[in-house]
Amino acid sequence: MHRLEVRDLRFDYEDMRMRFDLAIGTGEFLALVGPSGAGKSTLLSLIAGFDRPTSGRVLFDGVDLTASRPAERPVTLLFQDHNLFPHLCIADNVGLGIRPDLRLDAAGKARVEAALAEVGLQGLGARRPGQLSGGERQRAALALALVRERPLLMLDEPFAALGPALRRETLDLVRRMQRSRGLTVLLVSHQPSDARYAADRVAFVEQGEIRHVAPTAEFFAQPQPPAVAAYLGDVSD
Amino acid sequence: MRFGFIALASVLLLIGGACGALLLSATDIRIGAVLADPYIRHVLGFTFWQAGLSALLSVGLAIPVARAFARQARFPGRRLLLRIFLMPMVTPVIVAVFGIVAVHGQSGWITRALGAAGVPPDHYVYGLTGILIAHLFFNLPLATRLLLQAWDTVPGETWRLAQQLGLGSGTIFRLIEWPLLRERLPGTAMLVFLLCFVSFATVLALGGGPAATTLEVAIYQALRFDFDLDRAVTLALLQTLLCGALLLFAHRFALPLPPSAGLGRAIERDDRRLPGALVLDGASIFAACLIVLLPLLATVIDGLAGPIVPTLADPVIMRGLLYSLGIALMAGFGTTFIALGLAHLIRGCHARPRLVPAASLVELAGMATVLLSPLALGTGFFLLLRSAAMMQPVALAAVMLINALMAMPYAMRILVPAMLTAAREQDRLCAALGLSGWNRWRLIDWPGLRRPIGMAFGFAAALSAGDLGAIALFGGPGTATLPLLLYQQLGAYRVEEAAVTALLLLLVSLGLYSLIERGVGGHASA
Repeated sequence: MHRLEVRDLRFDYEDMRMRFDLAIGTGEFLALVGPSGAGKSTLLSLIAGFDRPTSGRVLFDGVDLTASRPAERPVTLLFQDHNLFPHLCIADNVGLGIRPDLRLDAAGKARVEAALAEVGLQGLGARRPGQLSGGERQRAALALALVRERPLLMLDEPFAALGPALRRETLDLVRRMQRSRGLTVLLVSHQPSDARYAADRVAFVEQGEIRHVAPTAEFFAQPQPPAVAAYLGDVSD
Repeated sequence: MRFGFIALASVLLLIGGACGALLLSATDIRIGAVLADPYIRHVLGFTFWQAGLSALLSVGLAIPVARAFARQARFPGRRLLLRIFLMPMVTPVIVAVFGIVAVHGQSGWITRALGAAGVPPDHYVYGLTGILIAHLFFNLPLATRLLLQAWDTVPGETWRLAQQLGLGSGTIFRLIEWPLLRERLPGTAMLVFLLCFVSFATVLALGGGPAATTLEVAIYQALRFDFDLDRAVTLALLQTLLCGALLLFAHRFALPLPPSAGLGRAIERDDRRLPGALVLDGASIFAACLIVLLPLLATVIDGLAGPIVPTLADPVIMRGLLYSLGIALMAGFGTTFIALGLAHLIRGCHARPRLVPAASLVELAGMATVLLSPLALGTGFFLLLRSAAMMQPVALAAVMLINALMAMPYAMRILVPAMLTAAREQDRLCAALGLSGWNRWRLIDWPGLRRPIGMAFGFAAALSAGDLGAIALFGGPGTATLPLLLYQQLGAYRVEEAAVTALLLLLVSLGLYSLIERGVGGHASA
């Protein structure tokens, strides 16, 4: 049985008809690449429950999630930005992942501290998101994902605003989290280099469909399907 | 630029003349003696009290109403309701007063409904309660739309984050909504306070004599009933000083921009269907509808049921209609022309780094009537014209000019930002192509600015058509406009004719606004 299975999931967005089929194993790191507007973010949004499919199913460990609310799903989805509330300090933002009313006991506070330490933000809990750099904000968001303890971590262009070195650093952190917690990771990225660096498998999305899935090395090796080759171009970065 | 200088000169001349006349005739006046007058102190106290209560009530109610409109982003009729919420902005005050009396007055809908249920009638509409109801009619929709903009600034990801974390309605309010509202509340409340502070027609029509009088009405009474010019001048100066002090105070709060036509994006939150949310939001929207829709509805229904043909055949009403239309069109055109000239001048100043400080001075000249209340400005004009003020053409011209000047701040707030935004994008290209003067206006500025120009023109015309302030000072038997006629009909308890006049005036204001906005602004869909 697969950890996450997307079966004939259909969704219409403006004049694009989308239809997704996908299966991911436990602890796997899958990257979704493809041109913008192809439906990558929509797929994550359907899995997280923010958008309702017209038909089809989302299964997690064989359990149908299609009707459940976002908070009930075993999923944390991180965005490029706005993953934190700007007027709450970092510790409170992370604390929301433990209790939405923020009434944390000592154990809860310790978990927040531990999560912040794990992402390298120890001692910065009292700061507000605006006082952190872009990379630190994304790491704070990862700490929030850590305390939520959801087995499926989805990242939607999370590093688009970061420079190359920071991207690597943050991807390393995601990999460490994936390994230590056995997380299943789904990453949407505009940079094929991110996929190449961190993913176990890569899926190519175009016009609302997953057109090609392959292990990372194979995905970037020649020969490629024409659509993938056209998307990646000559630049093998 | 020449066009801009003409506009600037005319504003400075008119406002400077009125201010100068006020100050010159104030040489032998002691503000202290006036402030010691217990009646004036009472009037001052009431002016602050009613404005404060109006601001508190409008903003306090606007919070749940705006929240309801934001949360229930999909219910049928939402767009229509929010469009209707724009109507009070162009509804003549005296028409709203008619509608409110028709709902809350002695033989109004509510009194009759309560009477049928056995509740004894209570004449609450005259006095503070009525004034507050009228101020709510105008300012609740304004505050609602201003606050509703707060939800537009929340990024979509934040709502998804809230859903993912499973935050409840209370937590969402505390974490997302309240911090945004808190930033906007002081400015919005201050704006409503300022608008109600100089409220004239409402208080004149609903204020019950000396107990419920604002400074603005006291100026009118000094001038038109006591023929006490000195007292009028003193009160006008006092009003101007207070407005100045309030504006200086308000300056800290960053007054909100006038609401855009935006109706709020659909936000994703899954607490909208919970029973508690539905009840709270439904009750909030229902209450707002009672306050805003009922008076408008009563005006339409009573007007249609009234003696339409005899009232319209009355030459006095017909002449009033003509005066109102003429004044509105000329004042609206004047406002737009002058505001465009000033905006043009401001753009010219911005193009030369050394002249940028001059730009804010020009803007100040255009906004000057924020400081001068209509009655203070009117008193200044009255002093300038003296005995000529009662001559029919002079009086009409004075009313037209005062109305045009009073609409200036609104027109400036619409036109200056539009002009400057366009200039930032186009100045270099125009300079490179050598486009300037008439050619730039014809080919670049006019097509780009048609919409804001249409808005400013339509708004100024509607405002002037419904104004009771200037005409109350200068109007005589031969120069009565529709608002003055309606006020007189109400005062004489000619309720049935008043109903027809009110509907006619409402149609004039709304018609002027929408025809000019569409006609001048073009048909581009919003």
